[in-house]
Amino acid sequence: MKSESLFAIVALSVAACASSKLNLSTTAPSPDPRVGLRAGWMNAAEAAWNIRLVSTTPPSPDFINRSTPGDFQFTNSDLSFTGPYVIQGNYAGVQVWDIANPKRPRLHKAFVCPGSQSDVSVYREMLFVSGEALNGRTDCGTQGVTDTVSHDRLRGIRIFDITDIANPRHITDVQTCRGSHTHTVVTSPTDTANVYIYVSGSAPVRSPNELAGCSSAPPDSNPSSALFRIEVIQVPLARPEQARIVSSPRIFQDLVAPARHGEAPEDIAAAAQAAAEARANGGFTATRNGVEIVLGPRFVTFRLDSIVKARGGTGAPTAADSAVLRTNAQAIVDQIVKPPTRGNGPPPGPTQCHDITVYPAIGLAGGACGGYGLLLDIRDVANPKRIGAVADSNFSFWHSATFNNDGTKILFTDEWGGGLQPRCRVTDKPEWGADAIFTRSGNTMTFKSYYKLPAPQTPNENCVAHNGTLIPIPGRDIMVQAWYQGGISVFDWTDPTHPREIAFFDRGPMDSTKLVGAGSWSAYWYNGYIVSSEISRGLDIFELQPSAFISQNEIDAAKLIHFDYLNAQDQQQLVWPASFVVARAYLDQLARSNGLAPGKVSAARSALARAEKLSGRERRDALAQLTTQLNSDSPGAPQLVVDGQEPGRAADQEKVRTLAEVVAELANAAR
Amino acid sequence: MKTPFLVVIATAACTTATTHQASVSPAAQARADSGRPSYTAADVHFVAGMIGHHAQAVQMAGWAPSHGASPAVRVLCERIVVAQNDEIAFAQRWLREHNELVPPADPRGHVMPGMDHPMLMPGMLTPEQMAQLDAARGREFDRLFLTFMIQHHRGAITMVAQLLAVPGAAQDGPIFRFAADVNADQTTEIDRMTRMLDALTGSPQ
Repeated sequence: MKSESLFAIVALSVAACASSKLNLSTTAPSPDPRVGLRAGWMNAAEAAWNIRLVSTTPPSPDFINRSTPGDFQFTNSDLSFTGPYVIQGNYAGVQVWDIANPKRPRLHKAFVCPGSQSDVSVYREMLFVSGEALNGRTDCGTQGVTDTVSHDRLRGIRIFDITDIANPRHITDVQTCRGSHTHTVVTSPTDTANVYIYVSGSAPVRSPNELAGCSSAPPDSNPSSALFRIEVIQVPLARPEQARIVSSPRIFQDLVAPARHGEAPEDIAAAAQAAAEARANGGFTATRNGVEIVLGPRFVTFRLDSIVKARGGTGAPTAADSAVLRTNAQAIVDQIVKPPTRGNGPPPGPTQCHDITVYPAIGLAGGACGGYGLLLDIRDVANPKRIGAVADSNFSFWHSATFNNDGTKILFTDEWGGGLQPRCRVTDKPEWGADAIFTRSGNTMTFKSYYKLPAPQTPNENCVAHNGTLIPIPGRDIMVQAWYQGGISVFDWTDPTHPREIAFFDRGPMDSTKLVGAGSWSAYWYNGYIVSSEISRGLDIFELQPSAFISQNEIDAAKLIHFDYLNAQDQQQLVWPASFVVARAYLDQLARSNGLAPGKVSAARSALARAEKLSGRERRDALAQLTTQLNSDSPGAPQLVVDGQEPGRAADQEKVRTLAEVVAELANAAR
Repeated sequence: MKTPFLVVIATAACTTATTHQASVSPAAQARADSGRPSYTAADVHFVAGMIGHHAQAVQMAGWAPSHGASPAVRVLCERIVVAQNDEIAFAQRWLREHNELVPPADPRGHVMPGMDHPMLMPGMLTPEQMAQLDAARGREFDRLFLTFMIQHHRGAITMVAQLLAVPGAAQDGPIFRFAADVNADQTTEIDRMTRMLDALTGSPQ
């Protein structure tokens, strides 16, 4: 009792300190403050929920045209991080910001080198920059390249030495047939002498006169076609100037239509009803693409006639003939449906990927490629292999992928309209231009739900799902994501069927009369802060605020994850050090989900607080005792089962066991 | 919230004052000095031509509900209507901002001053093909729509290829991006429609 009341006092004082800010409401603000925000460039109105804008830094002088708001040639693009620096790509080059003091980011280097879209990555002392547009020059000149064929043109990957980040030194360029829209740096656990780059590009193929061997002919007429493949660049760490393309895996080969979720609901309902009626009337049905279909009279008559002929009979088919057909119908349909017959057109399937997110720790990558989400085996880094694929009739253009930390889920985004279009209007469907969340088991991905920015935007705001990362809160899948002028949205997808927004930031449109491109290109968590690349307004840095959805302990636990460098498309496994704050974060989660009875939660909190004040053997014993207690609690968790929360039961028991493990580790660490 | 922002502005202003004499950056100055427009007649033709091209796609897709299209084709059509109307708006906005003639979104083709008939851009349906599609219903509409829209989309990709073959074209950022988006989106949609067509013609009926 004593310890519990002590905790109550601590909790009260914390609450008192934070009372001016802490928002414990579990409902989103209504009406949504993102609707109706005043337009403006640097002075647009802002709305924030459970998140705080720490600083906004306008672009440096070479990266802004003050007379033209939203000048396209100064578009800020993707971000990469190394140490205290954030590297911000821009269609006009690269800016390096020192964010050691997130309240006052300082320009460290502005490097003019035009060529969209300047997707950036770092690895040790190297900086990689994507070039795709026709105006990019190998000498970084600003005059463009007007000739249709020119050896001055850069479409591919620029490589710089950033040992002195204030003076990037050009090492080499690796030119590719389609240029590089995005790229992904991949490290190999077994090949430490090299780093690899997967190049993605969806722009048209360049002339073979400009880069030898480039061909846009279909692969069946030209085996070295630049279509239907990705490029893998090998960069020898000791000799980066020898970087070159080492393979062009055809990861789309023989991609037959995968099981696709997302037949229209009317289709599914109509098919089911028709099949039921047909079966009731003695008709024949079979399953195609997961949907039961009625076999038409021509099909049935022809097949029955064949069966009659096959037994050497004549006349009308008998009941036995019908039974034979009933047994074989599915096999016949399977035979017909695949492989698809084709005419003289190009082979189906995507011709390129837009982006690939690798997760080397689990040997997998998620490829967002044309109309497909692909699962790749990347254990042989130079030769990725496709092992799974999904399609979705609600998805237009697969853009990027993010795994959850344990790799059991994968989230794909659909950049419907390419980012220039306003796809978050009241009239735009919630499943279009959204995220699709899949669970993964082995090579199989199973659709669970869509997530789309829940606040409608105006027709003057380009808005669609774009880049984000996980926020490293242990025990939950939380993500921050950029939605261009839709702002940034933080959401919880721990329950893959019910993703839910828990924080947001948004500005009004650039212009109230027309669409002027702007908004968050990327929003990534980096060492305790959310850093967002604002296309026209500069660099935004945010801090999460504790709320009913995320506790201070959870935020503090997330801040324990420290990256030396970060490329968002090279996902690192998050491993939290055993610490009291991690244990408290789990306890907060168990309290929130009723995964452990309130009495047991507060007893555990008290025991933790008491142990933290102890040292040596006393601390070890106290923690060992708590471990024993938690292990005995776990089979019984949850004590309170709320209706409809049954599926959470196993997760809660697992969480109690994880908590017990953390406490046990803390006990072992106590000396 | 505003305070740090203002401080940063002030800092940036100081930096500017010490390193550059004017507020115009060297990059901007270089572009201004070069004295040539950032776009060509081919860019204007591409953007203007895409308006009529897209307008026809919008009309074709708009028939889906009244012509008995299957739900899957209706969903595709609904998306085409939204996507291509937005791109028409983009094209018109770009032309307006560059003080170029803005042609109407005429589904018969690219309307040019001084010409009697709208010009068919690559892949566009002839009046006969449009009449054939308009007369079709149900499954036959689905089949014809997919066949014609694949042809139509391939034409858009041809337009992109023609644009990039012109010296100096697509140097302007928004034009390159627009052309690349059209290329990527329509390639993806051709694949989708090819599979839908396969399913339609290969299904046991």
